[in-house]
Parts: sequence; C-alpha cells; structure tokens
Amino acid sequence: MNYSLYSKPLLLTLQVAGLATIFVAMTGVPLAYLISRRKFWGREWLDAFCTLPLVLPPTVLGYYLIVVWGRHGWLGHWLYQVWGISLMFTWQGAVLASALVSFPLIFKSARAAFEEVDRNLENVARTLGLGEGAVFWWVSLPLALRGIVAGTMLAFARAMGEFGATLMIAGNLPGKTQTLSLAIYAAVQAGNDTLALTLVALTSSACILILVTSGKILTFSLK
Amino acid sequence: MRCFGILALGLWTLALVRPGLVIGGQELMISAAASLTNAFQEIAQRFEQQHPGIQVIFNFAASGPLLQQIAQGAPVDVFASADQKTMNQAQEKGLIVPASRKNFVSNTLVLIVPQDSRLVLAGPEDLVLLKVKRVAVGNPATVPVGRYTQEALTQAGLWEALQPKLIRGESVRQVLDYVSRGEVDAGFVYATDAAVAKGKVKTVTEVQGHQPIVYPVALVAASQKQALSQEFLNFLSAPESVAILSKYGFGQP
Repeated sequence: MNYSLYSKPLLLTLQVAGLATIFVAMTGVPLAYLISRRKFWGREWLDAFCTLPLVLPPTVLGYYLIVVWGRHGWLGHWLYQVWGISLMFTWQGAVLASALVSFPLIFKSARAAFEEVDRNLENVARTLGLGEGAVFWWVSLPLALRGIVAGTMLAFARAMGEFGATLMIAGNLPGKTQTLSLAIYAAVQAGNDTLALTLVALTSSACILILVTSGKILTFSLK
Repeated sequence: MRCFGILALGLWTLALVRPGLVIGGQELMISAAASLTNAFQEIAQRFEQQHPGIQVIFNFAASGPLLQQIAQGAPVDVFASADQKTMNQAQEKGLIVPASRKNFVSNTLVLIVPQDSRLVLAGPEDLVLLKVKRVAVGNPATVPVGRYTQEALTQAGLWEALQPKLIRGESVRQVLDYVSRGEVDAGFVYATDAAVAKGKVKTVTEVQGHQPIVYPVALVAASQKQALSQEFLNFLSAPESVAILSKYGFGQP
C-alpha cells in the first residue's frame, strides 16, 4: 500500500483549507464589521457582491478566476510579466479558489453576529475613552465571537470540499494541487474503486473529527 | 393581447412535453471520445435529418471515464473510444457487442504551442529546455491521448525528464484549452484538435513513436435499441459521414 497516495492529498487539503480560512477570516470579519456599522452609498450592493460566490456555480467562479488570474488575465498578465508568477496549476491557486467560495460563509455569519451586538455596550466603551479600533477589538469582536467562530468552521468545511473552481484554476496535479476531493474524482474516473473508497472514508472521518473538535473548542471557550 | 399570452403558454407547454415524447424510444445515446466532438455533432445532424423523430444525444469525455460510466450502468447505446485499450477493457468486461466492433477512423499525435508563442521548438526533445515551463498532456491513466504521448515520450527518453513540467488534462479538449489560453507553453493533442483550434494554436510537428491511433466503435451490450444503434454504426461508414470525418482531419484506418 502506498501511504503517500492518501497522506499527500490529506495534508494538501488541510493546508489549502487552513490558509484559505485564515485569509477570509482576516478580510471577511473587518468587512462585515464595516458594513454592519457604517452607512454608506452602495452598502447593500457591496453586501450582495460579497455574497455572490455563495449562489454562483463553482464553474462560473472558476471561469472568473481564469479570466482574472490566468497568464493572459487582467491581473494574472501583470503578475506574470512583472514577477514571472502564475497562479494557474499551483496550490496557491487552489487557496484562492477555496477562499473565494468560502468567503460569504464567514462574511454573512460575521455580519449577522455584529448586528446582534448591543450598541449601548459599544457606546459605553466609547464614553470610557476607547478608540474605534479598541472598541472593535475589546468589545464588538468578543461579543460577536460565537457567530464568527461558527462561520469560520463552515468556511473551513466548505474550503475542504471545494472542487469545481479549484479544478479549473489549479488543475488536477497529483502531489501538487490534487486535494482530497480531486483525488477522489480522479480515482473514480480511472475506475480505481479501492483508492476512491479509502479516500472517501478518510475524508468523511477527517470532517467528523474536525466538526467534533471544533464544537468542543467552541463550547469550552465560551463557558 | 390575451390571445398572444395563451399562444405563448401553449408553446411553452409544448416545449416541456416534447422531450417526454422523444424519451418514448427514439433517443440514441452515444458516448464518444472528446476528440470526436465536432465531427460527430455534424454527422448526428445528418443522421437526424434522415431519421425523423430520432434524437441523438451525446456524451463527450475522455474514453476512460466513458468506460467507467458504461460499466456502472449508464444508459448508453453506442460507444466510440480513441484507443484500442479502452475498447479492449470494455470487451473483456462484456460491456459491448464484440461482433459490432469496428475501427472507423485514424488520427495523428501532434505537438502544439499557443499561436502567439515565441518559442522556437524543433520537436519534443526541445521541451527539456529551460525556457519551457509547462507542458500539457492528457492524464495517461484515463485519457488515450495521454497514453500515446507517454508512449512517444518514453521511447524518446524524455518522459522522466519532463515530469516536473507536465500538467495533466482530463481530456484532450482540456489540454487543447490550456494551450489555446496560453496557460501552458506547449501540449500534445491530436491533429484534428489542433485543426479545430486553428488561429489559437499552431502545430510544431507530428509526433512519432507510439502505437497507431485507431478509433474503434461498438454497440453497447446493455442497449435496448440495438437495431437503431446498428443503423448509426452503418451511417458512420456512409460516404457523407466519411466526408465529414475527413473534413475534420480524420484518416481512414
């Protein structure tokens, strides 16, 4: 039995999903806070735009990614000319795809969580002399944490299962960009049922393990 | 105005009902190698014209996945693969009618680069050069064109050396797409695919050193429409079909 057939896709999946989740948490949470606290023109449009990846088919997102980040893409062209970098067929491209599809899950949960926070508590903190950044960090964020953590878990789970957009931008390269879901697809296509079954079992147990552990962490940290 | 509304509603209902009528036995499901896409669509059009009431439905993909689908019981009537190996597997598993099997076209393997490429390549041996970063090939596990490529490159002693540069496509059309978008520096496809993407890719050279590329076609054993399927098989050898196939660059086996 070739151990790396299983370990490589699993580790790559965790790496891609983990980085994508960190990335969307760092951008989605502040953006959700901004939208829930400030009134500005086009606010609801921005909200709709940020939610779009949730409703668009992954193939549409994959196509957008190719058009924007491909070697001849709007940004990819520049990236390739100036730095000699291309995200196509790299695991970084897979991170980009996973981040895009899981972004709305954190963003939506965080916005709802921030809107539940009692504004009076924030105002009390302001009268006691805290600046805006400190109010966010010490008051709003802790109060909204449960919703944000729940959204982060969902985002991680979604990133782990990402398939369509990843296949389009990162390809299906064994050992390089082949995550669990892609490895399962390849195994089924090749008629390798034993490998497919093992990978499916591995994915299922990994997901259950993650959900149970994160559930435990969540209840523990909020006690 | 109301008249118009009722008419539109009627047409809409009719459109909904029509496919249901076709399912009543006059639908022919054909699983064919991705490289046959354009030629088969044109042939099917002629076939439908000559057989009113019959609708040809296509399932184009790499031959490997097509075989898996048939093995899992997909309701397919005719199977055309791009290599003998896949069809042999189908025959060993008893999925096709062996007597109906015949070779109907041949093809050639070519090395292509994007149209705007500034690379000067003499042949596959130049792919090891540093300026070539990525080379797209079909996944040899499931895509026939990938197997032909592997065979040719192995014989040329290049397969191992090129490993880090290889990008595996899940069908010959995906390889073609990667090259025509310029996402890779070069790729291996059939001559017929390079012809379809004329203006987006250019052919460097024909590639030798692989088994002859001959496409077999056969009736699927589980098909409920053996007679109609056989008619389509016969139609593939009719002069007008041969003309269409050679228009797209396929040769006779």
